[in-house]
Amino acid sequence: MADRETREVPPPAADDERAEEVGQAGVRGALRRRLTETTTWTFLILLAIVAAFALLRFEQFATVFNFRNIAADASGLMIIAVGMTFVIITSGIDLSVGSVLVFSGVIAAKVMEGIGGEGWGAIGAGLVAGLLAGLAWGVVNGVLVTKARVPPLIVTLGTLGMALGSALLITGGIDVRGVPLVLTTTIGIGQLWGVPYVVIIAAVVTAIGAVTLAMTRFGRYTYAIGSNAEAARRAGINVDRHLIKVYGLSGFLAGMAGMVSLARFATTTIGGHSTDNLAAIAAVVLGGTSLFGGIGTVLGTVVGVFIPAVLQNGFVILGVQPFWQQVAVGAILIVAVYIDQLKRRAQERGERR
Amino acid sequence: MSEPLLEARGVTKSFGGVRALRGADFAVHPGEVAALVGDNGAGKSTLVKILSGTLAPDGGEIWFEGRQVTVPNPVAARELGIETVYQDLALAPELDPAANLFLGRELVLPGPLGRLGFLDKAGMRRRTNKAFADLGIGLQDTGAMVANLSGGQRQSVAVSRAATWVSKVVFMDEPTAALGVVQSARVRELVRRVRDSGIGVVLISHNMPEVMELADRIEVLRLGVRVARFRAADTTMEQVIAAMTGALGNEDVA
Repeated sequence: MADRETREVPPPAADDERAEEVGQAGVRGALRRRLTETTTWTFLILLAIVAAFALLRFEQFATVFNFRNIAADASGLMIIAVGMTFVIITSGIDLSVGSVLVFSGVIAAKVMEGIGGEGWGAIGAGLVAGLLAGLAWGVVNGVLVTKARVPPLIVTLGTLGMALGSALLITGGIDVRGVPLVLTTTIGIGQLWGVPYVVIIAAVVTAIGAVTLAMTRFGRYTYAIGSNAEAARRAGINVDRHLIKVYGLSGFLAGMAGMVSLARFATTTIGGHSTDNLAAIAAVVLGGTSLFGGIGTVLGTVVGVFIPAVLQNGFVILGVQPFWQQVAVGAILIVAVYIDQLKRRAQERGERR
Repeated sequence: MSEPLLEARGVTKSFGGVRALRGADFAVHPGEVAALVGDNGAGKSTLVKILSGTLAPDGGEIWFEGRQVTVPNPVAARELGIETVYQDLALAPELDPAANLFLGRELVLPGPLGRLGFLDKAGMRRRTNKAFADLGIGLQDTGAMVANLSGGQRQSVAVSRAATWVSKVVFMDEPTAALGVVQSARVRELVRRVRDSGIGVVLISHNMPEVMELADRIEVLRLGVRVARFRAADTTMEQVIAAMTGALGNEDVA
């Protein structure tokens, strides 16, 4: 409204140029704030979904037990999605996370099986091996993206196949079950003050990820590279080294999700993670992170992880076919990206001025 | 005249079969605005890229404060005290002005948090506001993304970044190209202020009236070599244009 009024009065003198500019910047700023609140917006959707299910089936849905289940089920995806948030903010993508998760689980299980017994020594060695395996795939991704200059979509599509294929070669396609039982009874299903350990692990990873992205130089470089890699390079930021770290982080966190999965299910889950990559990307984008880079938050990703998780859970409780969850999440995802596009267009109009 | 601050001697550069620079010379002294002019394809941008570390020369020498140096990358240029306002501005549009001003030189908090890389955002914002105030740049919303600023405001951010960090030489590639009348005047004022603080300003511009107004000296490139040097005060625009187009050559006026 104010915008239109300013435009209708032609500036009588050059001095008014600044006044007009300020007026328009104010209006644009307000518009931008409304549109960049994709996170707030999706958070409201999440609240609405939770409220709807709570109204419909309060006694079954709104229980500590049920929320605990939702959080535990979402923990693995949450850990992956934190790494994916960093990657997508650099305007990259990591399709290999599900396969890396499986590969890390296989390595860890094989190491535990090889050492044998129920001891924490075997478990510890297996976990370290699994995490390092994830990190290694991530570093491979990062080096290929930066040094070989192959686009991340292709690099991680390639390592998606290589990591899963290697896991199948190592196991002959049969899940490894020689995981010490004590891992499952403690980390897998154990709780601390009523909170499952896997949820605590995911929460700690999320908190560290959120703080790192928002408050540290590492996070600032992540945004800067996604925003304008050439400007970052000219400003003296070692772009290649930073990208290798970011892809390494994503691989490492995929490995950690593999350890969580191994602990919960006491077996590798070779066939169960073929769409983890897409689920993580969807969660990140739902959370307001831009696929074009430079914009995004870990907090938004948390919301993006929980929308599908809550829908899935609620549909099961309501007796709705859970397949509807995929339809609903797909629709929400498209709307979220549509809003992102609107935001971009508003910006480009700004640039042409 | 004083010893040159930064000097190119016989710099050559070819791109494939194209010889962009065929032994180009250039010098800027402390506390002067030296305009580097020439027609399109004369080699201005190539020479600036070589002197600011974004392009490696094939041959020739670069002298800085009386010693021969190499400028292998933009960081090396920065360490010499050389800053550049790029024609494309080289800003990160999704970051705010403070983040852009401190890009690659972020302030961290004191103590252990700083060692972990925690940013001193308040400190950076404070110093950015001060830098903008010092340079007479009015930005209402310093928390807004640069993408949401007008072209002139963005140019102001890029110029004040260079002006904030420069200690010896600043290259300004078409610094007023995107600006309106009022903002251009402000940038020109800023250029004079930077010069008066003893810094060598290299102005690359197609805007001849602006060059005549701002420059203390004018060096003309033509087909990859320096063909003329003028003292701006004793020169007319016609003479400079004649040198640019090859109608006149005088290597030794200035």
